Amino acid sequence: MHMADALISPQVGGAMWATSLGLAAYSAHRLKPEMTERKIPLMGVLGAFVFAAQMINVTIPATGSSGHLGGGMILTILLGPYAAFLVMFSILAVQALFFADGGLLALGCNVFNLGFWPCFVFYPLFKKIIGKSPTHGRIMTGSIASGVLSLQLGAFCVVLQTLLSGISELPFGAFLLLMQPIHLGIGIIEGIVTAAVVSFVWQARPELLELSADSKLEPAMSLKPILVTFAIVALLVGTLLSWFASTHPDGLEWALFRVTGKEELEASPDGLHAAMAKLQEKTSFMPDYGFPETPATQEPEAEQPATEAEAEAWPAISAGTSVAGVVGGGIVLALAVLIGTLLRLVQRRQNVAVS
Amino acid sequence: MTRLDTAISDVDALDRLATRGSPIHRLDPRAKLVVTALFLLTVVSYPKYNVVEMTPLFLYLAALLALGRIPALMLARYLLLACPFALLAGLFNPLIDRQVVTYLGPLAVTGGWLSFVSILIRFTLTVSAVLLLLASTGYVAVCAALGKLGAPRLLIIQFLMLYRFIFILTDEAARMVRAHSLRNPDEPNPPLRAWGSLAGHLLLRAYDRGQRVHTAMLARGFDGTLRLPQGFHWSMADTLFVAGSSGFLLLARYGHLATRIGQWTMELAA
Repeated sequence: MHMADALISPQVGGAMWATSLGLAAYSAHRLKPEMTERKIPLMGVLGAFVFAAQMINVTIPATGSSGHLGGGMILTILLGPYAAFLVMFSILAVQALFFADGGLLALGCNVFNLGFWPCFVFYPLFKKIIGKSPTHGRIMTGSIASGVLSLQLGAFCVVLQTLLSGISELPFGAFLLLMQPIHLGIGIIEGIVTAAVVSFVWQARPELLELSADSKLEPAMSLKPILVTFAIVALLVGTLLSWFASTHPDGLEWALFRVTGKEELEASPDGLHAAMAKLQEKTSFMPDYGFPETPATQEPEAEQPATEAEAEAWPAISAGTSVAGVVGGGIVLALAVLIGTLLRLVQRRQNVAVS
Repeated sequence: MTRLDTAISDVDALDRLATRGSPIHRLDPRAKLVVTALFLLTVVSYPKYNVVEMTPLFLYLAALLALGRIPALMLARYLLLACPFALLAGLFNPLIDRQVVTYLGPLAVTGGWLSFVSILIRFTLTVSAVLLLLASTGYVAVCAALGKLGAPRLLIIQFLMLYRFIFILTDEAARMVRAHSLRNPDEPNPPLRAWGSLAGHLLLRAYDRGQRVHTAMLARGFDGTLRLPQGFHWSMADTLFVAGSSGFLLLARYGHLATRIGQWTMELAA
């Protein structure tokens, strides 16, 4: 379910980064009192465990995303929600840094999609299913149910974020058809694996499960403040970045034009209206996106650049500019190679001179 | 497991590169982190049909690659390993978006092909930038810089612990596989029904080992703060690096460099 930088717009990436960082800060804050010496190594081990499990993945064509075990539920069950969210954050960060698996800008999206749902939304469901006296059957049911739901919603978020970014051409319906069934299968497998490991740990080392049970003693967590904060932060960042980008309208602006087709939205340049327009765009985004086979929806994309301020930018309609662009691009690339080689030669000479 | 094995050795190789010395290595990790973030933002801020105007960013990568003395072959290998992903991601764009947006001589170029090439370029630029950051800075220093820039302390500790425990876990796994193959020379893989308890045992063994490692760290005075051997020193060079890079990125993003150079060349040729 890792998204890549190549398909993300700065608005979506920035908003999701803000959200995930906020959730991480909140988790770190909530964790401090219950942070026992025994929990740190367990966080490391489980992180490595899920990290290894996520390495087994398949790329889902055209979606800019991959399918693999999420591991969010096993982390949450064994560590409690707050530690689990931090662990998920670290796993995805290492993958983005070292393996080019999911991008750095997309990290906010990935952490949210894979961490938020299991840690903060479906963990209570799992606890309700296993109840006060866990049995193997209940652990199995709870793991599968919460695992499937987490992955389904995570995959759905991938679809939303990619479409909001507006770089991939894949229509909404086809995107959903690619993502959801694959993650249904993965969710069931994940549920079974989670249940097997949790049952084993529960039998072999019941005290490890009690570590996460600390968090059961806390007052029941209310989701409302988190959701409200997250909505406000996402809205703020999204709006700020949109203002920044609005001198050169791209993805989101086009989408707005395409979906609403209303000029009066653009006629309200003041802050609140712009913010509301963004909100409206986000809420009214999906319905019209379901039927993009009609070529009419794609025409504004092609026409838009010509009316933009970027008169010279690709894709300009004039053939002359295009050829100039290609020639220029080729020259720049050749320059890049040349500069690199020259710099290296100079350095080598310096090294020889020193030694 | 083979993919994990190669991944682990790749991590090793990257971290070893970070111990070399070069003008780029000597920059403050915070400066490199900030510039990399700006670079990524610049790349993704291009409109989706943009191809040509992105090329100046390669100048920047080439300079870093050369000044940081990072083997280009290694970077190429990483890109190659990760590229099926980008190829598949953009694969459907040419099929879905068939609107002709421009002509190159007799050749009609559709929007889909443009955005496809654009995705490939974005992919190359973003992946390379992150790998260059890591190869010239090192994982621990990047984490420390994140902490200095205000990331939650617990998160940074978890970053470091995860990194350490990946090695512990793979070591334990290798031991278990070896134990199995020594006892069952005819059966290279454990039977399917044993995998659940194998995974569970792996978890418990790695946990015990991890606990010993953690205790040893505590006994040696680990208190969660990172102490880098070289420390953080923001110097004039760092300010210049950040300012120069930002200036270049702005110029590359809004200066239409490639088109200008192309027009200029064609005028010269005519």
